[in-house]
Amino acid sequence: MSQASTPGLMRGFAASFRRDLLIGLRHKGELINPLMFFIIAVSLIPLGVGPESQLLARLAPGVLWVMALLACLLSLDGLFRSDYEDGTLEQMLIQPQPLYLMVLSKVLVHWLLTGLPLTLLAPLLGLMLALPAQAYGTLCLSLFLGTATMSLIGAMGAALTVSLRRGGLLLSLIVMPLYIPVLIFGASAVSYALDTNPQSVPLAILGALLALSLALSPVATAAALRMSTNA
Amino acid sequence: MTPPHLELRNLSCTRDERCLFAGLNARWEAGDLVQLLGPNGCGKSSLMRILSGVSREFEGEILWRGRKLQEQTWEFAQDLLYIGHQPGIKKSLTPLENLRWYASLSGSASDSQLIEALAQLGMAAYRDIPCGQLSAGQLRRVALARLYLSRAPLWILDEPFTAIDKPGVARLEARIEQQIQSGGLVLITSHQDLSLAGVKTLRLEDFRPGAGGLL
Repeated sequence: MSQASTPGLMRGFAASFRRDLLIGLRHKGELINPLMFFIIAVSLIPLGVGPESQLLARLAPGVLWVMALLACLLSLDGLFRSDYEDGTLEQMLIQPQPLYLMVLSKVLVHWLLTGLPLTLLAPLLGLMLALPAQAYGTLCLSLFLGTATMSLIGAMGAALTVSLRRGGLLLSLIVMPLYIPVLIFGASAVSYALDTNPQSVPLAILGALLALSLALSPVATAAALRMSTNA
Repeated sequence: MTPPHLELRNLSCTRDERCLFAGLNARWEAGDLVQLLGPNGCGKSSLMRILSGVSREFEGEILWRGRKLQEQTWEFAQDLLYIGHQPGIKKSLTPLENLRWYASLSGSASDSQLIEALAQLGMAAYRDIPCGQLSAGQLRRVALARLYLSRAPLWILDEPFTAIDKPGVARLEARIEQQIQSGGLVLITSHQDLSLAGVKTLRLEDFRPGAGGLL
Protein backbone atom coordinates (compact mmCIF):
# COMPACT_ATOMS: atom_id res chain seq x y z
CA MET A 1 0.00 0.00 0.00
CA SER A 2 1.35 3.38 -0.94
CA GLN A 3 -0.44 5.31 1.79
CA ALA A 4 2.30 7.12 3.69
CA SER A 5 0.27 8.00 6.74
CA THR A 6 -2.90 6.50 8.09
CA PRO A 7 -5.46 9.20 8.80
CA GLY A 8 -6.04 9.58 12.51
CA LEU A 9 -9.55 9.67 13.95
CA MET A 10 -8.98 12.77 16.03
CA ARG A 11 -7.31 14.59 13.15
CA GLY A 12 -10.25 13.79 10.92
CA PHE A 13 -12.75 14.87 13.55
CA ALA A 14 -10.83 18.10 14.22
CA ALA A 15 -10.65 18.87 10.50
CA SER A 16 -14.39 18.25 10.04
CA PHE A 17 -15.19 20.32 13.11
CA ARG A 18 -13.05 23.23 11.95
CA ARG A 19 -14.61 23.12 8.51
CA ASP A 20 -18.20 22.90 9.74
CA LEU A 21 -17.64 25.75 12.17
CA LEU A 22 -16.14 27.90 9.44
CA ILE A 23 -19.11 27.21 7.15
CA GLY A 24 -21.54 27.93 9.98
CA LEU A 25 -19.89 31.21 10.82
CA ARG A 26 -19.90 32.32 7.17
CA HIS A 27 -23.67 31.88 6.89
CA LYS A 28 -24.54 34.66 9.28
CA GLY A 29 -28.15 34.92 8.17
CA GLU A 30 -28.94 31.30 8.98
CA LEU A 31 -27.13 31.75 12.28
CA ILE A 32 -29.24 34.68 13.41
CA ASN A 33 -32.59 33.33 12.19
CA PRO A 34 -33.42 31.01 15.12
CA LEU A 35 -32.15 33.52 17.66
CA MET A 36 -34.30 36.30 16.21
CA PHE A 37 -37.29 33.98 16.22
CA PHE A 38 -36.65 33.16 19.88
CA ILE A 39 -36.34 36.80 20.90
CA ILE A 40 -39.33 38.02 18.92
CA ALA A 41 -41.66 35.17 19.91
CA VAL A 42 -40.85 35.41 23.62
CA SER A 43 -41.06 39.18 23.74
CA LEU A 44 -44.53 39.06 22.15
CA ILE A 45 -45.90 37.02 25.06
CA PRO A 46 -46.04 39.86 27.63
CA LEU A 47 -47.68 42.04 25.00
CA GLY A 48 -50.35 39.45 24.38
CA VAL A 49 -50.91 38.23 27.92
CA GLY A 50 -50.51 41.52 29.75
CA PRO A 51 -47.90 42.82 32.16
CA GLU A 52 -49.12 40.92 35.21
CA SER A 53 -45.83 39.61 36.58
CA GLN A 54 -47.35 36.80 38.67
CA LEU A 55 -48.99 35.27 35.62
CA LEU A 56 -45.92 35.79 33.42
CA ALA A 57 -43.65 34.12 35.94
CA ARG A 58 -46.03 31.13 35.96
CA LEU A 59 -45.96 30.93 32.16
CA ALA A 60 -42.24 31.65 31.75
CA PRO A 61 -40.78 28.11 32.02
CA GLY A 62 -43.17 26.67 29.43
CA VAL A 63 -42.97 29.64 27.10
CA LEU A 64 -39.17 29.79 27.12
CA TRP A 65 -38.90 26.06 26.56
CA VAL A 66 -41.49 25.86 23.79
CA MET A 67 -39.94 28.79 21.95
CA ALA A 68 -36.43 27.35 22.31
CA LEU A 69 -37.73 24.05 20.92
CA LEU A 70 -39.35 25.75 17.93
CA ALA A 71 -36.24 27.85 17.28
CA CYS A 72 -34.17 24.68 17.30
CA LEU A 73 -36.60 22.98 14.93
CA LEU A 74 -36.48 25.96 12.59
CA SER A 75 -32.74 25.65 12.17
CA LEU A 76 -32.64 21.91 11.47
CA ASP A 77 -33.77 21.73 7.88
CA GLY A 78 -30.50 22.95 6.44
CA LEU A 79 -28.26 20.70 8.53
CA PHE A 80 -27.32 18.34 5.69
CA ARG A 81 -29.10 20.04 2.77
CA SER A 82 -26.13 21.87 1.26
CA ASP A 83 -23.90 18.82 1.70
CA TYR A 84 -26.45 16.76 -0.16
CA GLU A 85 -26.75 19.25 -2.98
CA ASP A 86 -23.07 19.93 -3.61
CA GLY A 87 -21.90 16.32 -3.39
CA THR A 88 -20.04 16.66 -0.10
CA LEU A 89 -22.35 14.09 1.47
CA GLU A 90 -21.30 11.45 -1.07
CA GLN A 91 -17.71 12.22 -0.23
CA MET A 92 -18.41 11.94 3.50
CA LEU A 93 -19.81 8.45 2.99
CA ILE A 94 -16.70 7.08 1.33
CA GLN A 95 -13.94 8.63 3.41
CA PRO A 96 -11.80 6.37 5.59
CA GLN A 97 -13.13 8.34 8.57
CA PRO A 98 -16.24 6.93 10.23
CA LEU A 99 -19.44 8.75 9.31
CA TYR A 100 -20.31 8.71 13.02
CA LEU A 101 -17.61 11.26 13.81
CA MET A 102 -18.45 13.48 10.87
CA VAL A 103 -22.10 13.52 11.91
CA LEU A 104 -21.07 14.25 15.48
CA SER A 105 -18.98 17.19 14.34
CA LYS A 106 -21.90 18.59 12.36
CA VAL A 107 -24.26 18.23 15.31
CA LEU A 108 -21.75 19.75 17.68
CA VAL A 109 -21.36 22.77 15.42
CA HIS A 110 -25.13 23.04 15.06
CA TRP A 111 -25.50 23.08 18.83
CA LEU A 112 -22.66 25.58 19.32
CA LEU A 113 -24.27 27.95 16.84
CA THR A 114 -27.94 27.57 17.83
CA GLY A 115 -28.43 25.68 21.11
CA LEU A 116 -25.72 27.44 23.05
CA PRO A 117 -26.72 30.99 22.01
CA LEU A 118 -30.36 30.12 22.83
CA THR A 119 -29.26 28.94 26.26
CA LEU A 120 -27.28 32.12 26.87
CA LEU A 121 -30.14 34.33 25.69
CA ALA A 122 -32.74 32.60 27.83
CA PRO A 123 -32.03 34.40 31.16
CA LEU A 124 -32.38 37.75 29.43
CA LEU A 125 -35.76 36.75 28.07
CA GLY A 126 -36.60 35.25 31.46
CA LEU A 127 -36.16 38.72 32.89
CA MET A 128 -38.67 40.00 30.36
CA LEU A 129 -41.15 37.36 31.59
CA ALA A 130 -40.54 38.28 35.24
CA LEU A 131 -39.00 34.89 35.98
CA PRO A 132 -37.79 34.91 39.61
CA ALA A 133 -34.02 34.98 39.97
CA GLN A 134 -33.78 31.60 41.71
CA ALA A 135 -34.83 29.81 38.48
CA TYR A 136 -32.12 31.25 36.18
CA GLY A 137 -29.55 28.62 37.01
CA THR A 138 -31.95 25.76 36.36
CA LEU A 139 -33.24 27.43 33.20
CA CYS A 140 -29.73 27.64 31.74
CA LEU A 141 -28.73 24.16 32.82
CA SER A 142 -31.92 22.56 31.51
CA LEU A 143 -31.64 24.34 28.17
CA PHE A 144 -27.94 23.48 27.99
CA LEU A 145 -28.76 19.78 28.24
CA GLY A 146 -32.02 20.00 26.32
CA THR A 147 -30.80 21.92 23.26
CA ALA A 148 -27.90 19.48 22.85
CA THR A 149 -30.36 16.58 22.95
CA MET A 150 -32.62 18.35 20.47
CA SER A 151 -29.73 18.95 18.05
CA LEU A 152 -28.85 15.26 18.19
CA ILE A 153 -32.43 14.07 17.71
CA GLY A 154 -33.05 16.66 15.01
CA ALA A 155 -30.07 15.41 13.04
CA MET A 156 -31.84 12.07 12.56
CA GLY A 157 -34.88 13.80 11.12
CA ALA A 158 -32.76 16.06 8.95
CA ALA A 159 -30.88 13.05 7.60
CA LEU A 160 -34.09 11.18 6.81
CA THR A 161 -35.60 14.11 4.91
CA VAL A 162 -32.48 15.44 3.21
CA SER A 163 -33.33 14.01 -0.20
CA LEU A 164 -36.84 15.46 -0.24
CA ARG A 165 -37.40 18.79 -1.92
CA ARG A 166 -39.67 20.13 0.77
CA GLY A 167 -38.86 18.07 3.80
CA GLY A 168 -39.59 20.76 6.37
CA LEU A 169 -43.04 19.62 7.41
CA LEU A 170 -42.13 15.94 7.44
CA LEU A 171 -39.06 16.77 9.48
CA SER A 172 -41.24 18.44 12.12
CA LEU A 173 -43.57 15.46 12.20
CA ILE A 174 -40.71 13.01 12.65
CA VAL A 175 -38.86 14.98 15.25
CA MET A 176 -41.70 16.46 17.32
CA PRO A 177 -42.75 13.28 19.18
CA LEU A 178 -39.13 12.72 20.20
CA TYR A 179 -38.86 16.29 21.45
CA ILE A 180 -41.84 15.95 23.77
CA PRO A 181 -40.02 14.17 26.64
CA VAL A 182 -37.25 16.75 26.46
CA LEU A 183 -39.81 19.55 26.61
CA ILE A 184 -41.73 18.01 29.50
CA PHE A 185 -38.71 17.41 31.70
CA GLY A 186 -37.00 20.65 30.71
CA ALA A 187 -39.99 22.86 31.43
CA SER A 188 -40.82 21.00 34.63
CA ALA A 189 -37.25 21.43 35.89
CA VAL A 190 -37.66 25.19 35.59
CA SER A 191 -41.14 25.14 37.20
CA TYR A 192 -39.79 23.02 40.05
CA ALA A 193 -37.14 25.67 40.64
CA LEU A 194 -39.93 28.21 41.10
CA ASP A 195 -41.60 26.13 43.78
CA THR A 196 -39.56 24.27 46.29
CA ASN A 197 -39.67 20.91 44.55
CA PRO A 198 -36.29 19.26 43.96
CA GLN A 199 -35.36 20.10 40.37
CA SER A 200 -32.55 17.54 40.35
CA VAL A 201 -34.87 14.74 39.19
CA PRO A 202 -35.97 16.27 35.85
CA LEU A 203 -32.43 17.55 35.31
CA ALA A 204 -31.04 14.07 35.83
CA ILE A 205 -33.55 12.71 33.31
CA LEU A 206 -32.53 15.42 30.84
CA GLY A 207 -28.92 14.35 31.35
CA ALA A 208 -29.86 10.74 30.74
CA LEU A 209 -31.74 11.69 27.56
CA LEU A 210 -28.65 13.54 26.36
CA ALA A 211 -26.39 10.57 27.08
CA LEU A 212 -28.78 8.23 25.30
CA SER A 213 -29.11 10.40 22.21
CA LEU A 214 -25.36 11.07 22.14
CA ALA A 215 -24.76 7.35 21.90
CA LEU A 216 -27.55 6.42 19.50
CA SER A 217 -28.39 9.41 17.35
CA PRO A 218 -25.15 9.68 15.32
CA VAL A 219 -25.45 5.97 14.44
CA ALA A 220 -29.04 6.41 13.32
CA THR A 221 -28.19 9.64 11.50
CA ALA A 222 -25.33 7.98 9.64
CA ALA A 223 -27.60 5.12 8.58
CA ALA A 224 -30.30 7.58 7.48
CA LEU A 225 -27.76 9.53 5.43
CA ARG A 226 -26.69 6.36 3.65
CA MET A 227 -30.32 5.57 2.93
CA SER A 228 -31.02 9.06 1.61
CA THR A 229 -28.09 9.00 -0.81
CA ASN A 230 -28.75 5.47 -2.01
CA ALA A 231 -31.50 6.33 -4.45
CA MET B 1 -0.76 -7.17 -0.54
CA THR B 2 -2.54 -8.26 -3.70
CA PRO B 3 -2.01 -5.82 -6.57
CA PRO B 4 -4.96 -3.55 -7.27
CA HIS B 5 -7.60 -5.09 -9.42
CA LEU B 6 -11.32 -4.63 -9.59
CA GLU B 7 -13.68 -7.40 -10.50
CA LEU B 8 -17.41 -7.23 -11.09
CA ARG B 9 -19.42 -10.43 -10.96
CA ASN B 10 -22.92 -10.57 -12.33
CA LEU B 11 -23.63 -7.01 -11.26
CA SER B 12 -27.10 -5.63 -11.79
CA CYS B 13 -28.81 -2.45 -10.77
CA THR B 14 -32.46 -1.50 -10.71
CA ARG B 15 -33.73 2.03 -10.25
CA ASP B 16 -37.42 2.85 -9.86
CA GLU B 17 -38.41 -0.60 -11.19
CA ARG B 18 -36.32 0.00 -14.29
CA CYS B 19 -33.39 -2.33 -14.81
CA LEU B 20 -30.37 -0.22 -15.79
CA PHE B 21 -27.97 -3.06 -16.41
CA ALA B 22 -27.76 -6.74 -15.55
CA GLY B 23 -25.25 -9.55 -15.76
CA LEU B 24 -22.32 -7.17 -15.84
CA ASN B 25 -19.02 -9.05 -15.57
CA ALA B 26 -15.66 -7.36 -15.88
CA ARG B 27 -12.14 -7.47 -14.55
CA TRP B 28 -9.70 -4.59 -14.63
CA GLU B 29 -6.07 -4.70 -13.57
CA ALA B 30 -3.59 -2.14 -12.35
CA GLY B 31 -2.57 0.10 -15.23
CA ASP B 32 -5.95 0.00 -16.95
CA LEU B 33 -7.82 3.07 -18.04
CA VAL B 34 -11.48 2.23 -18.46
CA GLN B 35 -13.97 4.53 -20.13
CA LEU B 36 -17.64 3.84 -19.52
CA LEU B 37 -19.75 4.61 -22.54
CA GLY B 38 -23.45 4.83 -23.10
CA PRO B 39 -26.23 7.30 -23.78
CA ASN B 40 -27.58 9.61 -21.09
CA GLY B 41 -29.51 7.82 -18.40
CA CYS B 42 -28.08 4.40 -19.14
CA GLY B 43 -26.69 4.06 -15.63
CA LYS B 44 -23.09 5.22 -15.92
CA SER B 45 -23.31 7.43 -12.86
CA SER B 46 -25.25 4.76 -10.98
CA LEU B 47 -22.51 2.24 -11.71
CA MET B 48 -19.86 4.69 -10.55
CA ARG B 49 -21.75 5.38 -7.34
CA ILE B 50 -22.06 1.65 -6.74
CA LEU B 51 -18.38 0.99 -7.41
CA SER B 52 -17.29 3.81 -5.14
CA GLY B 53 -19.44 2.56 -2.29
CA VAL B 54 -21.76 5.57 -2.18
CA SER B 55 -24.73 3.47 -3.17
CA ARG B 56 -25.25 -0.05 -1.93
CA GLU B 57 -28.35 -0.83 -3.94
CA PHE B 58 -27.11 -3.48 -6.32
CA GLU B 59 -27.05 -7.20 -6.82
CA GLY B 60 -23.97 -9.23 -7.55
CA GLU B 61 -20.46 -8.95 -6.27
CA ILE B 62 -17.72 -6.36 -6.43
CA LEU B 63 -14.22 -7.48 -5.53
CA TRP B 64 -11.29 -5.19 -4.89
CA ARG B 65 -7.89 -6.87 -4.58
CA GLY B 66 -9.79 -10.16 -4.57
CA ARG B 67 -11.97 -9.37 -1.56
CA LYS B 68 -15.56 -8.23 -1.38
CA LEU B 69 -16.13 -4.52 -0.96
CA GLN B 70 -18.42 -4.92 2.03
CA GLU B 71 -15.76 -6.82 3.97
CA GLN B 72 -13.14 -4.12 3.68
CA THR B 73 -14.87 -0.76 3.59
CA TRP B 74 -12.08 0.95 5.50
CA GLU B 75 -9.24 -0.40 3.36
CA PHE B 76 -11.19 0.32 0.20
CA ALA B 77 -11.92 3.87 1.32
CA GLN B 78 -8.19 4.47 1.60
CA ASP B 79 -7.56 3.06 -1.86
CA LEU B 80 -10.24 5.12 -3.56
CA LEU B 81 -10.56 8.58 -4.95
CA TYR B 82 -14.06 9.26 -6.25
CA ILE B 83 -15.07 12.53 -7.81
CA GLY B 84 -18.74 12.46 -8.61
CA HIS B 85 -21.09 14.42 -10.75
CA GLN B 86 -21.35 17.04 -8.02
CA PRO B 87 -17.83 18.18 -7.27
CA GLY B 88 -18.19 18.13 -3.47
CA ILE B 89 -16.83 21.61 -3.00
CA LYS B 90 -18.33 23.94 -0.38
CA LYS B 91 -19.19 27.27 -1.91
CA SER B 92 -18.71 29.25 1.27
CA LEU B 93 -15.15 28.02 1.71
CA THR B 94 -12.09 28.95 -0.31
CA PRO B 95 -10.36 26.37 -2.55
CA LEU B 96 -7.58 26.01 -0.01
CA GLU B 97 -9.99 25.38 2.88
CA ASN B 98 -11.88 22.84 0.79
CA LEU B 99 -8.76 20.90 -0.06
CA ARG B 100 -7.48 21.10 3.51
CA TRP B 101 -10.50 19.13 4.70
CA TYR B 102 -10.06 16.40 2.11
CA ALA B 103 -6.33 16.23 2.81
CA SER B 104 -6.72 15.80 6.55
CA LEU B 105 -9.33 13.08 6.10
CA SER B 106 -7.24 10.87 3.88
CA GLY B 107 -3.74 11.33 5.21
CA SER B 108 -1.88 14.58 5.44
CA ALA B 109 -0.69 17.35 3.22
CA SER B 110 0.86 20.69 4.04
CA ASP B 111 -0.58 23.94 2.76
CA SER B 112 2.28 24.30 0.30
CA GLN B 113 1.40 20.91 -1.21
CA LEU B 114 -2.23 22.00 -1.49
CA ILE B 115 -1.25 25.24 -3.21
CA GLU B 116 1.03 23.26 -5.51
CA ALA B 117 -1.91 21.01 -6.43
CA LEU B 118 -4.10 24.05 -7.15
CA ALA B 119 -1.29 25.57 -9.22
CA GLN B 120 -1.22 22.46 -11.41
CA LEU B 121 -4.65 23.43 -12.66
CA GLY B 122 -3.98 27.16 -12.65
CA MET B 123 -6.07 27.83 -9.56
CA ALA B 124 -3.35 28.95 -7.14
CA ALA B 125 -4.23 32.62 -7.57
CA TYR B 126 -7.81 31.91 -6.51
CA ARG B 127 -6.92 29.99 -3.37
CA ASP B 128 -8.37 32.55 -0.97
CA ILE B 129 -11.51 33.45 -2.88
CA PRO B 130 -14.76 31.80 -1.72
CA CYS B 131 -15.72 29.08 -4.19
CA GLY B 132 -19.18 30.62 -4.59
CA GLN B 133 -17.57 33.35 -6.68
CA LEU B 134 -15.83 30.93 -9.04
CA SER B 135 -17.17 29.75 -12.39
CA ALA B 136 -18.39 26.19 -12.96
CA GLY B 137 -15.17 25.21 -14.68
CA GLN B 138 -13.05 26.71 -11.93
CA LEU B 139 -15.11 24.92 -9.31
CA ARG B 140 -14.46 21.62 -11.05
CA ARG B 141 -10.77 22.45 -11.26
CA VAL B 142 -10.71 22.86 -7.49
CA ALA B 143 -12.30 19.43 -7.07
CA LEU B 144 -9.91 17.90 -9.59
CA ALA B 145 -6.90 19.36 -7.79
CA ARG B 146 -7.43 16.37 -5.50
CA LEU B 147 -5.99 14.23 -8.30
CA TYR B 148 -2.62 15.85 -7.64
CA LEU B 149 -2.78 15.06 -3.93
CA SER B 150 -4.11 11.55 -4.13
CA ARG B 151 -2.01 8.49 -3.53
CA ALA B 152 -4.99 6.19 -3.98
CA PRO B 153 -4.56 3.47 -6.63
CA LEU B 154 -8.19 3.51 -7.75
CA TRP B 155 -9.73 6.60 -9.27
CA ILE B 156 -13.39 6.79 -10.19
CA LEU B 157 -14.13 9.97 -12.09
CA ASP B 158 -17.65 10.81 -13.20
CA GLU B 159 -17.58 13.28 -16.08
CA PRO B 160 -14.44 15.01 -14.82
CA PHE B 161 -14.04 17.19 -17.90
CA THR B 162 -17.43 18.91 -17.71
CA ALA B 163 -16.96 22.67 -18.10
CA ILE B 164 -13.17 22.33 -18.35
CA ASP B 165 -11.42 24.08 -21.27
CA LYS B 166 -9.17 22.28 -23.75
CA PRO B 167 -5.78 23.07 -22.18
CA GLY B 168 -7.23 21.97 -18.84
CA VAL B 169 -8.41 18.67 -20.31
CA ALA B 170 -4.92 18.08 -21.73
CA ARG B 171 -3.34 18.64 -18.31
CA LEU B 172 -5.78 16.29 -16.65
CA GLU B 173 -5.20 13.62 -19.26
CA ALA B 174 -1.49 13.89 -18.58
CA ARG B 175 -2.16 13.38 -14.87
CA ILE B 176 -4.37 10.37 -15.60
CA GLU B 177 -1.68 8.88 -17.79
CA GLN B 178 0.84 9.34 -15.00
CA GLN B 179 -1.50 7.53 -12.60
CA ILE B 180 -1.91 4.63 -15.03
CA GLN B 181 1.82 4.32 -15.53
CA SER B 182 2.47 4.23 -11.83
CA GLY B 183 0.18 1.21 -11.53
CA GLY B 184 -3.14 2.86 -10.83
CA LEU B 185 -6.54 1.96 -12.14
CA VAL B 186 -8.76 4.70 -13.52
CA LEU B 187 -12.45 4.46 -14.32
CA ILE B 188 -13.87 7.41 -16.14
CA THR B 189 -17.04 8.51 -17.84
CA SER B 190 -16.78 11.16 -20.48
CA HIS B 191 -18.72 12.12 -23.54
CA GLN B 192 -15.54 13.48 -25.08
CA ASP B 193 -13.06 11.16 -26.74
CA LEU B 194 -9.99 10.64 -24.63
CA SER B 195 -6.74 11.29 -26.44
CA LEU B 196 -4.93 8.67 -24.41
CA ALA B 197 -3.55 5.39 -25.68
CA GLY B 198 -4.85 2.03 -24.54
CA VAL B 199 -8.28 3.08 -23.33
CA LYS B 200 -10.49 0.12 -22.56
CA THR B 201 -14.15 0.79 -23.07
CA LEU B 202 -17.22 -0.64 -21.46
CA ARG B 203 -20.48 -0.11 -23.30
CA LEU B 204 -23.13 -0.13 -20.66
CA GLU B 205 -26.03 -0.48 -23.11
CA ASP B 206 -24.69 -3.95 -24.00
CA PHE B 207 -25.76 -5.08 -20.56
CA ARG B 208 -29.23 -3.63 -20.69
CA PRO B 209 -31.98 -6.24 -20.72
CA GLY B 210 -33.96 -6.00 -23.95
CA ALA B 211 -37.33 -4.46 -24.78
CA GLY B 212 -37.24 -1.34 -22.68
CA GLY B 213 -35.82 -3.17 -19.71
CA LEU B 214 -39.04 -3.13 -17.74
CA LEU B 215 -39.20 -5.77 -15.07
